[in-house]
Amino acid sequence: MELVRVGQAYFMIRDTLMYDEASNSAFQCRALNINEDLGQIKFVFSDKTGTLTENKMEFQCASIWGVDYSGGKDSSVNEQVGHFVQVDGKILRPKMKVRIDPELLQLSRSGNNTEEAKRVHDFFLALAACNTIVPIAFDDASNPTVKLMDYQGESPDEQALAYAAAAYGFMLIERTSGHIVIDIQGERQRFNVLGLHEFDSDRKRMSVILGCPDKTVKVFVKGADTTMFSVIDRSLNMDIIRATEAHLYNYSSLGLRTLVIGMRELSDSEFEQWHSSFEAASTSLIGRAAMLRKVANTVEKSLRILGASAIEDKLQQGVPEAIESLRTAGIKVWVLTGDKQETAISIGYSSKLLTSKMTQIIINSNSKESSRKSLEDALRMSKKLITVSGTTHNNGGNSGDAVSPVALIIDGTSLVYILDSELEEQLFELASKCSVVLCCRVAPLQKAGIVMLVKNRTSDMTLSIGDGANDVSMIQKADVGVGISGKEGRQAVMASDFAMGQFRFLVPLLLNELIFRYVLFTCFTLTTAINEWSSMLYSIIYTSLPTIVVGILDKDLSRRTLLKYPQLYGAERRQESYNSKLFWLTMIDTLWQSVVIYFIPHLAYWGSTIDAPSIGDLWTLAVVILVNLHLAMDVIRWSWITHVAIWGSIVATFICVIVLDAVPTLVGYWAIFDIAKEGSFWLCLLAIVVAALLPRFVVKVLYQHFSPSDIQITREAEKFGSRREFGAVEIEMNPILEPSRR
Amino acid sequence: MDVDGGESSSSDSISVRSIPIHSRQSEDFLYKFKQQNIPACKPVLTPAWVIATLLLLGFFFIPIGLVTLRTSRGVVEIVDRYDADCVPEAFKGNKVSYIKDTSVPKNCTLVLKVHKHMKAPIYVYYQLDNYYQNHRRYVKSRSDQQLLHGLKYNDTSSCKPEESNNGLPIVPCGLIAWSLFNDTYKFIRGTAELRINRKNIAWKSDRNHKFGKHVYPFNFQSGTLIGGGKLDPNVPLGDQEDLIVWMRTAALPSFRKLYGRIEEDLDADDVILVHLMNNYNTYSFGGKKKLVISTSSWLGGKNDFLGVAYIFVGSSAIILALFFLLLHVKNPRPYGDTAYLSWNRKGISS
Repeated sequence: MELVRVGQAYFMIRDTLMYDEASNSAFQCRALNINEDLGQIKFVFSDKTGTLTENKMEFQCASIWGVDYSGGKDSSVNEQVGHFVQVDGKILRPKMKVRIDPELLQLSRSGNNTEEAKRVHDFFLALAACNTIVPIAFDDASNPTVKLMDYQGESPDEQALAYAAAAYGFMLIERTSGHIVIDIQGERQRFNVLGLHEFDSDRKRMSVILGCPDKTVKVFVKGADTTMFSVIDRSLNMDIIRATEAHLYNYSSLGLRTLVIGMRELSDSEFEQWHSSFEAASTSLIGRAAMLRKVANTVEKSLRILGASAIEDKLQQGVPEAIESLRTAGIKVWVLTGDKQETAISIGYSSKLLTSKMTQIIINSNSKESSRKSLEDALRMSKKLITVSGTTHNNGGNSGDAVSPVALIIDGTSLVYILDSELEEQLFELASKCSVVLCCRVAPLQKAGIVMLVKNRTSDMTLSIGDGANDVSMIQKADVGVGISGKEGRQAVMASDFAMGQFRFLVPLLLNELIFRYVLFTCFTLTTAINEWSSMLYSIIYTSLPTIVVGILDKDLSRRTLLKYPQLYGAERRQESYNSKLFWLTMIDTLWQSVVIYFIPHLAYWGSTIDAPSIGDLWTLAVVILVNLHLAMDVIRWSWITHVAIWGSIVATFICVIVLDAVPTLVGYWAIFDIAKEGSFWLCLLAIVVAALLPRFVVKVLYQHFSPSDIQITREAEKFGSRREFGAVEIEMNPILEPSRR
Repeated sequence: MDVDGGESSSSDSISVRSIPIHSRQSEDFLYKFKQQNIPACKPVLTPAWVIATLLLLGFFFIPIGLVTLRTSRGVVEIVDRYDADCVPEAFKGNKVSYIKDTSVPKNCTLVLKVHKHMKAPIYVYYQLDNYYQNHRRYVKSRSDQQLLHGLKYNDTSSCKPEESNNGLPIVPCGLIAWSLFNDTYKFIRGTAELRINRKNIAWKSDRNHKFGKHVYPFNFQSGTLIGGGKLDPNVPLGDQEDLIVWMRTAALPSFRKLYGRIEEDLDADDVILVHLMNNYNTYSFGGKKKLVISTSSWLGGKNDFLGVAYIFVGSSAIILALFFLLLHVKNPRPYGDTAYLSWNRKGISS
């Protein structure tokens, strides 16, 4: 079995369809035993950022001082010249180009004259300064006069914002621990970084305190809207706040990631007060993080709103198709994201995770009681939905599973109350009725909690996909973890190709052993009819080699057909290919084969001069031929390698038997030559093979006639079906794929 | 198949880019191998194919069966069980004491009647039933090295419990040799003795390569517990054909061993007197001893089983073929019709 797994892993690694050109990394299989688990997965947990999306952030639009600047979307490519700075006779330009809104660009260049321009100035200053980006300039390979500015930082959001600021003429050029240099419209300015409160998942914002060249001290804060609006001074500019909120809503419904930016000036006394407590907090030995957070909270208050930025997180190529395939295959997809609910939903739509036909159940609550109530409501609703669709189906004369799909959308705050409480059970009950679950605003540890919630309550396999450090816990918790290396991800759905039908080969492999053991047991009164050498070679070359080759090389269907009918993936998960009925059938078949193998020579040679080694040779050959032909009956693709493996193994067995019987010191010396002279030897061999396989053949044909499996039909369609037939099927399939239309 | 082919060509561009081309052909093969795109045939069980196979099987097997049965029936065989009849009346109650008592004469006479003409060569076998010559420990109790090299080969531990006697090694050692069959037969037709050729009854390969030409029996059957026959210490093992035959241990608990050949025809209604020495003890374990005179065929001996089995398998194949034909006509299933896919079937029925 291990050998088969290694082989399969090899082919998974070598598969170019799983090869990612951009990051130049191929699929890597890091555990041997997951190959066949892949076929049994029922729950897929996916991180959003970096997994479904490319994690290549692009600054899309901004709302500054209540004005939406999103004209950049229509701007043509030649406007994307970007900003550049001349340093030492060399042109310095940012590595990434950003779409530019011409109006905003105009404003940002106009200087500090108007109130509007001042806000824009502050906004971009905040973007350029309020981050932990380290700028690195390097020579452009194609153009020696140009230096490219590469921004390296922890989060791609920050990078995107810094590139955006650079494009509008606020280029971060240098960062040291004490100060940053920003080139503002061709004029270099030096800002002292007096303090920096790093991003944390509780505050969900970061702030930087800058000493500006004009001796003022300013705090720039950037963060998620939920937490930012609570620290913004609502007494001022209510209109702007409302406008910004409206813009934020628009942006997030477009699937953009939003950040709100605010600032305020610190008075000297305020600064002194903050400075001393900041010093004290950052040098304290115990509870530093908590103290720093407290200090941050003192300074991040009554902010003036500057605006909001919107970043597009591009979906990865093929993600909508992959998710749709997974959904049609009946796999439950859970997307866990830290994004806002609106963002998550819109990403859900664009990735085809959610469809307009789905009933959405949204749970937003901020207390245990209310979450319990909403859970109960949701459960009742989902039950009603299912019974409604169930009755319509019953009327239609079938108890189909084509219930109108339910999507559950739940946010992190509700999860806080639900996880680790008695509500977990209800959540699972609800979630198992939903085909899609979208968890937004979840913290990394909650991700693991959700995976555990499912894993503890079901025997089905779970798979987690993620790229970042925040997904590690969830990847470790799931049965199968898929880590994505680099920024770019791969289409995990491709893995289903290899998981198909692997249990088929477990059966013949077990069977080999069984038959042989049976023969050995029945021979125990007959002792060493089969000599030790034969039994050793038996397990190595006679039978396992073809099994391995077939196990590795055989695939049920072509990739194209599989992707056409993703439902086929379910075949294995529904255990059609390997259920207990089949198991007992196989056992009976095995028993019959063993009886035939044993008793035909036994009866044919009863009371004859046959000696033990001769009949042992007959048994060996019969078992090997039988096992190989048995395997051959299950082979679907006969490539020349398969032919070589199966027929070659039979020939090899004959050769081995002859060689072993040519050694005078072994008991069976010359036995094969002696027995092969008699016609009954060959008649026995033929009779064994035919009689042993006949029932299996008949059952197989009957089974295919009366209840053909999906795999079987698609295989036939693949062989006989013309293009026309395939096309016709697609039309036919549509109403089934969209059952709620009826 | 063509679907696979299409795939390989579409993804071929990737391979060209990522793999430097050394030899186009071998690279191409390796690529296809790694991508599991080697051209392959995917046979599907169609009704025509199934029925044709079964019919072919039937029409092939039944004639074979008939021929086999006929051949087996053509073999003339005379079997006579003598182990019970050869015990004198006085010892009927205690056969073991009879066979162990060396003072009681062991000679016995059988009368065989030839019911059908027998063509030479006629084989004379002794048959033992309920004799487990294939018992695990019995089979292992021998030393092939010693049989070939004699006393030069010292390691006879495999021969236990019959590896030495009175501190001296036994040649040939082991339980198999020790239990050598030692009944003898003498055939008389009418008034003249029927000559039995006792040469070349063992395999030539065994005589030449397994049993030494210069290995003589030593210290054999000299202990207190006598097993079976004794060996002439002046004849090398390579020429002791009875021993060689005996040491080809039988596979099944009912077996025959060649005793000799009668090289002249026997006519129907010939009466043959067999004078035998009933030496071998099968009484202690309830074994049966039979004398068999049989002609031979390409099939081997007389055994109807194979012929009957072939006729049975062949006729069941034909019945199955007819059944499938009927099934296909009465209740056909469109092959490769994707409308029958499980998820489509639900859609159709509703």
